[in-house]
Amino acid sequence: MNVSYRSLRLWQRNRDVFFKLWRSEVPGFFAEPIMMLLAMGFGLGTYVALDDGERYVEFIAPGIIAAYAMFSASFECTYGSFMRMKHQKTYDSIIATPLSIDDVSAGEILWGATRSLITACVILVVVAAFGLVDSPWAVLVLPLGVLTGLMFSSIALFFTSVAPSIYSFNYYFTLFITPMFFVSGVFFPVSAFPDAMQHLTWIAPLTPVADLARTMVSGQLGEGNWWGLGIILGYTGVFFPLSLVMMKRRLLR
Amino acid sequence: MPIIQIRGAVKVFGSITAVAGVDLDIDRGECFGLLGPNGAGKTSLVRMIVGVSPMSRGSIVIDGKDITREPRTIKADLGVVPQEDNLDPDLNVVENLTTFARYFDIPGGEARHRAMDNLRLFELQDRQKAKVEDLSGGMKRRLLIARALTNRPKLLVLDEPTVGLDPQTKHLVWRKLRTLKAQGTTLLLCTQNMDEASFLCDRLAVMNEGRIVALDSPSELLSKHGGSQVIEVRVRDTEKKASVLSLMSERGLQWQEMEEAIYLFQGDGQVLDEGLASELLVVNQHVPTLEDVFLKLTGRSLKEP
Repeated sequence: MNVSYRSLRLWQRNRDVFFKLWRSEVPGFFAEPIMMLLAMGFGLGTYVALDDGERYVEFIAPGIIAAYAMFSASFECTYGSFMRMKHQKTYDSIIATPLSIDDVSAGEILWGATRSLITACVILVVVAAFGLVDSPWAVLVLPLGVLTGLMFSSIALFFTSVAPSIYSFNYYFTLFITPMFFVSGVFFPVSAFPDAMQHLTWIAPLTPVADLARTMVSGQLGEGNWWGLGIILGYTGVFFPLSLVMMKRRLLR
Repeated sequence: MPIIQIRGAVKVFGSITAVAGVDLDIDRGECFGLLGPNGAGKTSLVRMIVGVSPMSRGSIVIDGKDITREPRTIKADLGVVPQEDNLDPDLNVVENLTTFARYFDIPGGEARHRAMDNLRLFELQDRQKAKVEDLSGGMKRRLLIARALTNRPKLLVLDEPTVGLDPQTKHLVWRKLRTLKAQGTTLLLCTQNMDEASFLCDRLAVMNEGRIVALDSPSELLSKHGGSQVIEVRVRDTEKKASVLSLMSERGLQWQEMEEAIYLFQGDGQVLDEGLASELLVVNQHVPTLEDVFLKLTGRSLKEP
């Protein structure tokens, strides 16, 4: 691997573009999670009774932070990266400068992680404004958002490196991202599943994220499934180098 | 020492050999042209030189540094103008240049200063806030060249820099390239445009099927391969074609066949004797141009089926 500080240059480029065009990002990553919180939490939630008497909106708030952190990184490093790579040929111009292909890939992943962090920040503020945060430990969801972003950006960029066309991402989202949104403990506890299925849901990378986010927002750190961090780091440890290798194979001809 | 030293460069894509062994030295400060039909291997060779495509075999040393070992330091002194527009459409005109400067670690103030200089050089200063997609084809190409000058490269590599441009823009680009050369920049130019090649280049290499088939100054290429006159003829009686062609070979004439037309390259002092002349119908004759030499060296038939 040939990653250097220069991956920061690609990160800066993406940051500049984001802050130029941020208005187009508002509906997907800021308005939608808030609508989700209102509709599911305050709407549907009034009909849902949880075992321990917790309000449903309090239950899903950390789940929504986790899920939208996932979506932000995933969109950025699939559609976003693919557009830059294939349609805009931005990478072609950049690899003729002192940046290496690995710098470009690492920069994309870092930026994807930053998008997750920004999303987590915004939703955390909204959730806090609704009075749904019980503990100052909730700020830990920000570093968790970064780790989540690194993981999902790495997985997404790996998929991008093998995607034949931009339409391929329909499969990625329909068969991988959306199912996780529903089974990883965002909307209902994974304990609702039969035992065998519960173990399976922990394979999904979103499950440890939703679980830890809930631990942090509730402030009950002692009861957290901290080994979930191992799952997150494990996926990142596999997919970060893999995506770099595969992007190089795709771009270096 | 030459600024580019290429030894035995080979590039293989699966079953296709794009570059089949090239040895080439390019001197500091010269303008060197690579000519060749589509698919001759020019772009593949250039992509290896600028370090974005790994060689299958061989070595390329740029400014004393091996391209496989020190690509970053080499690229820091390199300017590349691609054939395809790869400007950043998410950024406006001036941001394209300042963002590009950042890839070279050029600090912000200096980057803006250079961006404005280069925009003025290519008469784009009035469009600095424009979106890239709103620029005309000619402006985009000028911006691509302006961008390539950001790091003040020692070596500027241009892949067909004036294709599709109107004559005014083409001449503007040519003048700027000449100025750069006068300031000491080495230029490596891929082109299909013979006027461009003879106007700008000190030396030309003609590539065909992955190899360099001729290398000389434009005037030497002309006198060596073009002869004194090109005569396009037809054989009057097509049934006699085979015997006429063998007669021409006996006379030591150089010729090339393209469907029913035959192009004769008449050397100094060579004349068509009467026996031969009576069998031939002269369609056209002219003083050879670089284009004749090009067609002679690379064949008149289409290279890409």
